[in-house]
Amino acid sequence: MADQKRRGQINQAPENFISQELIADLNQNGMDDARRGFLRNGFMAALGGAMGVSSASNVFASEGDPVILEKQEWQTTLGKNVATMPYGMPSIYEANLIRRESPGLTRVSAASVAFTPLQGLFGIITPNGLHFERQHQGWYNIDPEKHRLMINGLVKHNRVFTMNDLMRLPSVSRIHFIECGANTGLEWGNVAVPTVQYTHGMLSCCEFTGVPLSVLLEECGADLKKGKYLLAEGGDGSGMTRTINLPDVLNEAIVAWGMNGEMLRPENGFPLRLVVPGVQGVSWVKWLRRLEVGDMPYATKDEAVHYNDLMPDGMARQYTSIQECKSVITTPSGGQQLLDKGFYNVSGLAWSGRGKIKRVDVSFDGGNNWKTARLETPVLSKALTRFNIDWVWDGAPAILQSRAIDDTGYVQPTIKMLRDVRGTRSIYHNNAIQSWKVGSNGEVSNVQVG
Amino acid sequence: MFKLAKFVNLTFLLLSSCLITDIAFAQNSGSRFPGIGRDATSAEVAAWDIDVRPDFKGLPKGSGSVDKGQQLWESKCSVCHGTFGESNEIFTPIIGGTTADDIKTGRVASLSDRKQPQRTTIMKVATVSSLWDYIYRAMPWNAPRSLTPDDTYALVAYLLSMAEVVPDDYVLSNSNIAEVQKRMPNRNGMTLKHGLWSAKGSPDVHATACMTNCVQFVQIGSELPDYARNAHGNIAEQNRQYGPFRGADSTKPPLAKLPGAAGEGLAHASDTHAASSKGPAALFKSENCAACHAQNAKLVGPSINDIAAKYQGQSGALDKLMDKVKNGGSGVWGSIPMPPQAQLSDEDRKALVTWVLSGGK
Repeated sequence: MADQKRRGQINQAPENFISQELIADLNQNGMDDARRGFLRNGFMAALGGAMGVSSASNVFASEGDPVILEKQEWQTTLGKNVATMPYGMPSIYEANLIRRESPGLTRVSAASVAFTPLQGLFGIITPNGLHFERQHQGWYNIDPEKHRLMINGLVKHNRVFTMNDLMRLPSVSRIHFIECGANTGLEWGNVAVPTVQYTHGMLSCCEFTGVPLSVLLEECGADLKKGKYLLAEGGDGSGMTRTINLPDVLNEAIVAWGMNGEMLRPENGFPLRLVVPGVQGVSWVKWLRRLEVGDMPYATKDEAVHYNDLMPDGMARQYTSIQECKSVITTPSGGQQLLDKGFYNVSGLAWSGRGKIKRVDVSFDGGNNWKTARLETPVLSKALTRFNIDWVWDGAPAILQSRAIDDTGYVQPTIKMLRDVRGTRSIYHNNAIQSWKVGSNGEVSNVQVG
Repeated sequence: MFKLAKFVNLTFLLLSSCLITDIAFAQNSGSRFPGIGRDATSAEVAAWDIDVRPDFKGLPKGSGSVDKGQQLWESKCSVCHGTFGESNEIFTPIIGGTTADDIKTGRVASLSDRKQPQRTTIMKVATVSSLWDYIYRAMPWNAPRSLTPDDTYALVAYLLSMAEVVPDDYVLSNSNIAEVQKRMPNRNGMTLKHGLWSAKGSPDVHATACMTNCVQFVQIGSELPDYARNAHGNIAEQNRQYGPFRGADSTKPPLAKLPGAAGEGLAHASDTHAASSKGPAALFKSENCAACHAQNAKLVGPSINDIAAKYQGQSGALDKLMDKVKNGGSGVWGSIPMPPQAQLSDEDRKALVTWVLSGGK
């Protein structure tokens, strides 16, 4: 049976698949339908049996590509009505690109992670249905009419806001990345997972819409001299709480309801979440129901027991928050298969919790030599930046790496440099350069260099 | 019982609406946004402001014994955490890995060696308030907020007794919890002296952007082990099955050579693309039948009700209409023909026609 995937290609014929007799016949009598069919069939048979035999011949199998020559179903029948899918879905041919759990990572799915398929995305915006998920106690569809935000603590007025209140306020829309502090944490010790979805997929980037945190705090008369810390609390069963470094984020944090033009998705905190640009995802508290201004850190469970970095001397860095400059090549990336030698657009993402991406370099030889990639616009502060670079692959084994530099001058480090300082048991905040090995069979695999 | 409950609810509603009337006047006088938000009542703040800080601000009065904690633990907690907080079945263990010496120094020695297989909660937690706060706010896992303050004191007391921070006959309370804090095994094990708290903090590694001849020997230190190649399922099904970057078929050994531009030997559109089975009503919409047919009204073609009525009780109606859907037809209901619907599978066609003949029910 002719393979659908193969039909789009017009291949050079394998050597000697046309017999001398047929060539003589063609020279004498020309083409007719029988001979065309014979040629096509003969070509397919020869292709099946002799794939990989290179040929200098320029004989084509037919008059052209069947998907051009033959009328297709979608040209000759009635298509679907408008609003057949009233909220829309990706093409059925995109069904493979979905959020996925990493088997064995956690034992209960209500307290687990689903990773964004970075290997198939373009640009910098994560589609809402593919935004990574991290739940601590399962997600709910919270009734927005019953949702409240309370602001208390070091404020003149303890205030309560409904969604109706909040959505009347002056809003802003900003594009920011969100990255879980544990992203790439599986790789602190050794290579552990096959693809960029599992190494880096706790990463997303959306346009968030909401009211600036500063507006709400001002409205409540927050004491910002004494109040250096903010406790953000979620409305889910885990009552997720997290200490925020208030002066640091006051100008940028958003109490947000919108995500890429629609309301937040339930699994991402509908109807309200905190957006804290540059800071690890756990602080972007979902189903945000309370903000308390305080004068000391709160040492809540997730910052006291998890999300801190264990140093080799047994001391743990608590309240680690900032996601430092990082990048990764997404195509090609681990688990993918290159079809053939020749030209490829190598593409990836870079980001920094401290500001804008200034430059991304790419190496094709394991970090020995580097070339500067093209940064695609927009290049935004604390947002993903897409980079691209041309590559002609000669078929020899290669190791691809990317290295980002942000506008503070910080250069993304190697895994060895990080381990030299932090040891190997530090789970969180691994922003090391990622290496992908391309084998001579075209398969890309996850490796660590050094 | 039902009536009583209803009465209580009604009373509550009436009370709430009185409160809301009061609240409507509790506007923030200096407001930049008149009409937005309201002041929280003290009862509301008390209901939600349950966090407990390391200085014990927010800690409610109360107490609980180790004994009571053990009883609560065994009925509500041990199923996930094990009888002694040691289980690693569902969550990482809570208890284990600390010593009497750690209680003296306030540093857990096993955090700096590799002998302890798991980092338990009690090894890591520096402040007893963190335990109290979390248990009160979020436990038991499947029934958060169901514990009283006294329950919480008792459960924390039981955990601390298992870690030998307090004796077995201890009664933990708001008045002695600060003394317990002085015995927490890892109370001196946390630091804020690092550059990752603030966006302006100093990084701890300083790489340089060398461009040429940067490393003399490129050495691969770690690769994905063979057994992990397919541990995340077939990677072919986690990538596009068209375009230049396909997923490798991880159910099979790696290819021996390049697939070639045609993708020879790669995994192909598999059953992940098969249309999911839909009900006939969904098929009716998605297959465009609704463009010409409605439930009750004649559009381009007859309504479902009319079709169902016409063929009611007729033998062979199913086969006749299935043939008509497949091959099209004209003249039965008027001059406009029914176009053939060759795209439907026999199964879907049968489901649709059966559904129409039943009047779309």
